[in-house]
Amino acid sequence: MKPRQQRMLAIGLAALGVAIAAGLSLRAFEENMMFFVDVSDVVAGDYPDERTFRIGGLVVADSVEREEGSLDLRFRVTDMRCELEVSYVGVLPDLFREGQGVVAHGAMGADGVFVADKILAKHDEDYMAPEVAESMAKHVEDKTESLRAGQSECNPQ
Amino acid sequence: MSRYVLPLIAVLVMIPILILGLQSDPSKLPSQYIGKPAPEFSLQTLQDPSRTLSSADLVGRVSLVNIWGTWCVGCRAEHGFLMTLAEQKKIPIYGINWRDNRQEALQWLEQYGDPYVASGFDQDGRVGIDWGAYGAPETFLINAEGRVVYRFPGPLNASVWEQQFAPLIAGMSQ
Amino acid sequence: MIPEIGHFALILALALAACQAVLPMVGAQRNDTTMMSIARSAAYGQFLFIAISFGCLIYAFLHDDFSVLYVASHSQLALPTPYKVSAVWSAHEGSLLMWILILSIWTMAVAHFRGDRPQKLDARVLSVLGMLSVGFLLFALLTSNPFERLIPAALDGGDLNPLLQDPGLAIHPPILYVGYVGFSVAFAFAIAAMISGELDQNWARWTRPWTVIAWSFLTIGIALGSWWAYYELGWGGWWFWDAVENASFMPWLIGTALIHSLAVTESRGLFKSWTLLLAITAFSLSLLGTFLVRSGIIVSVHAFATDPTRGYFILTFLAIVVIGALILYAWRAPALDSSVGFGLLSRETFLLLNNVLLVVATTLVLLGTLAPLIVEMTSGGKISIGAPWFEVAFLVPMIPLVMLLGLGMHTAWRRQNTAPWQKLLRLPAIAAVVVGILLPLLFYGRVGLMLAVGTIAAVWIFFSSLIQPIRSWRRAPGNAGITRSALGMCIAHFGMGLFVLGATIVSAFGIESDRSLSIGESVEVAGLEFELRELRDVTGPNYSAIEGVIEVRRDGEFVTTMRPQKRQYLVQKSWMTEAGIYPRWNKDLFVALGDQLGGGAWSVRIQYKPMIRFIWIGAFVMAMGGLISVTDRRYRRRAIPEPAV
Repeated sequence: MKPRQQRMLAIGLAALGVAIAAGLSLRAFEENMMFFVDVSDVVAGDYPDERTFRIGGLVVADSVEREEGSLDLRFRVTDMRCELEVSYVGVLPDLFREGQGVVAHGAMGADGVFVADKILAKHDEDYMAPEVAESMAKHVEDKTESLRAGQSECNPQ
Repeated sequence: MSRYVLPLIAVLVMIPILILGLQSDPSKLPSQYIGKPAPEFSLQTLQDPSRTLSSADLVGRVSLVNIWGTWCVGCRAEHGFLMTLAEQKKIPIYGINWRDNRQEALQWLEQYGDPYVASGFDQDGRVGIDWGAYGAPETFLINAEGRVVYRFPGPLNASVWEQQFAPLIAGMSQ
Repeated sequence: MIPEIGHFALILALALAACQAVLPMVGAQRNDTTMMSIARSAAYGQFLFIAISFGCLIYAFLHDDFSVLYVASHSQLALPTPYKVSAVWSAHEGSLLMWILILSIWTMAVAHFRGDRPQKLDARVLSVLGMLSVGFLLFALLTSNPFERLIPAALDGGDLNPLLQDPGLAIHPPILYVGYVGFSVAFAFAIAAMISGELDQNWARWTRPWTVIAWSFLTIGIALGSWWAYYELGWGGWWFWDAVENASFMPWLIGTALIHSLAVTESRGLFKSWTLLLAITAFSLSLLGTFLVRSGIIVSVHAFATDPTRGYFILTFLAIVVIGALILYAWRAPALDSSVGFGLLSRETFLLLNNVLLVVATTLVLLGTLAPLIVEMTSGGKISIGAPWFEVAFLVPMIPLVMLLGLGMHTAWRRQNTAPWQKLLRLPAIAAVVVGILLPLLFYGRVGLMLAVGTIAAVWIFFSSLIQPIRSWRRAPGNAGITRSALGMCIAHFGMGLFVLGATIVSAFGIESDRSLSIGESVEVAGLEFELRELRDVTGPNYSAIEGVIEVRRDGEFVTTMRPQKRQYLVQKSWMTEAGIYPRWNKDLFVALGDQLGGGAWSVRIQYKPMIRFIWIGAFVMAMGGLISVTDRRYRRRAIPEPAV
């Protein structure tokens, strides 16, 4: 093969590979993008329907309830403005604790309870996940504003 | 020639993305209370439930408010430095013991030393939330008028103190 | 006093690194032998001072010197001695110092093993390594001094993060770093070639062994990390497509492309500018890996240091290194490319395909890793990309890659006729399809499309990588008719086959189940009966634990007793899960204690992981193959002494 052809082949193969990969990945991207939704937005009804997403916040103190001897678990998560009930079945990560930051992956159930299929707690205890921290910082501000405006703390749907 | 420049162009496009990524660092978020009077509160003190620590106590001289809890590793990390600061007696430190257990908190102060002039016991976490804390430890610098001057999230240490707090305090005493 | 010596030694090392960066380069441009010869002594000296500095930090840890801030934050009196040593690299400052130490070891090794390289090339290579060393030493001294004092000293330390108190994680970072940093040597050779404008087949012969050694260590390092995540995080997975994992995986993928591209450059003098670009990319991705981990710009469960100032420093450094290298590339590379032809069916073509597929795979991983950042900036939404996307996206280029691998190994340079090819490969190909389908069917009772693709690919790689060693062994017993280089390649590819087999089987037949167990109760998972016999309290040197004693039976017959623990570390008060693992060559049983459910019951995660060991064994075999290939004769050629005048 002549150098020119060789170059054409290389470029052609690369272009083809990238095109196929880009096409496939863009399609799959849509389906696999998991949004992080603020608890206040979920409570206000603003969340993606019919697909999974992530929420995060602090586990509300004394909110963890489980049926004796069962893997079923319920707790509430707050972003400092609104609280959301979460249910989960399974083993919890080591760093899951009341009053600590948590991220849950799952979908909204019909009864307004977030059904989590995965619970993530950060390995490092010093800081919480940045998106959780940001979400909370934002909602503390929102809360003070709405309190000042004479509205209630949390504005559900 | 041109194709040899492509990698360079690709990288030049990517670098601004990384820079913007760095700027969205949440620990940089300022407290919404900066420059405003410290949020009002009144808490039982940790040692003696019959006494209270309130926002009125913060008026009169430059002070620090430190939000801490025994469950927080960062608090353990900064504790030694807080002790050093307390021994220098240059600035009073008020503690807000956040979402904690009174017994454990007292035991912690016994074990590691108590750098606080007084610690308010914020069991349900309301006060910490009012202060806009999203984690512990967090330290607020309060001026003599009781206004929040600066907020630092994360464990304090000597270099943070020298670089971020010391200049502000020097500026205020002038 | 000792910490000050360490700090001072670091400053001296910086001075030497600066000499090493400037003088030999000037010497090479001016043809000044004396100036060039400084490079070697500077490299040795730099290593000495950095080693002293590193030794001082270890000393401070071993002697519980809590007047050093870094020691006070990451160690503790009761910490077992081996972990006091590994605590040195448990956080940012210490791992940066280790990075610098490893860079100086690589530099010294390059200076020492000169082979038949010309002095000018050596001077330039060592000068580039010196420049990198200056950058990292400045980083350490300006933003992350590990010897910073804590006055007055703490009485006791804050303890090492319990997650890191583990033999796997103690040795994982050093080995990973040897790999990461090793790509700096290939990078330095690339820069030296572009500066001099000389890039021949010898250049590739000199560059290749260094690159392969770095790649081998990176392979082992990543495998150790995966193994650690498997048993220590208590989840039982072996790869999470987490940002930090991807950060180490991308340089590996590009490094793999690089060693294959170097093979073409060495044997045929082709792909020169491409090889240069890969060398630059592999090292840049190593730096980017450091950057992603250290700055915390990407949400990751692993990130253990978040500090924007450090992020800015490393970003500036990265920008200087990468942009500088690429400007040099845009300017000098066009002149280096040579035009030699090759047939459509030739080893060159296969290696080209290998490179294209690996680069596509890297691009996809990079895209998935940076996507959350890009989406956040464009739309403000916070997203994450799940592991399923990575799995699919990654398999798209990987399936053709492993299928073509077997063909490529048996294709001649320049051009290949199809007749001998068919004769050689028809039987192994047919056998691979048959065995690949039968294997899961016979042992695990079912077969599916993706599963069969995986097992066929694995068996196909086994057969095709065995052909050459077997033939040479048959022809001349006792005297191996195969070069070390070719043998290494066959072994590395065989390791790849082991990995593919393990990954395929475990993802198809692995079972994970969360159950509730009280004492005396038993559950059935994967045909095995797990009975919780008792719960007891156990005390370790710096932790107390609850240990579950779980008896495993198959059809009533005793198999093993597993002892998973839930530990509470005394200083940090944090809980850790120590999984109980029953490892066998063909399967792992994995039990982790969860939480107390009330009424004496515990949540327990039980897993059955068939052939999961093959994943790590495969990676280890790959690395061994790489190291064997480096011992080839042609890499040990010595310079012919110049005749005395």
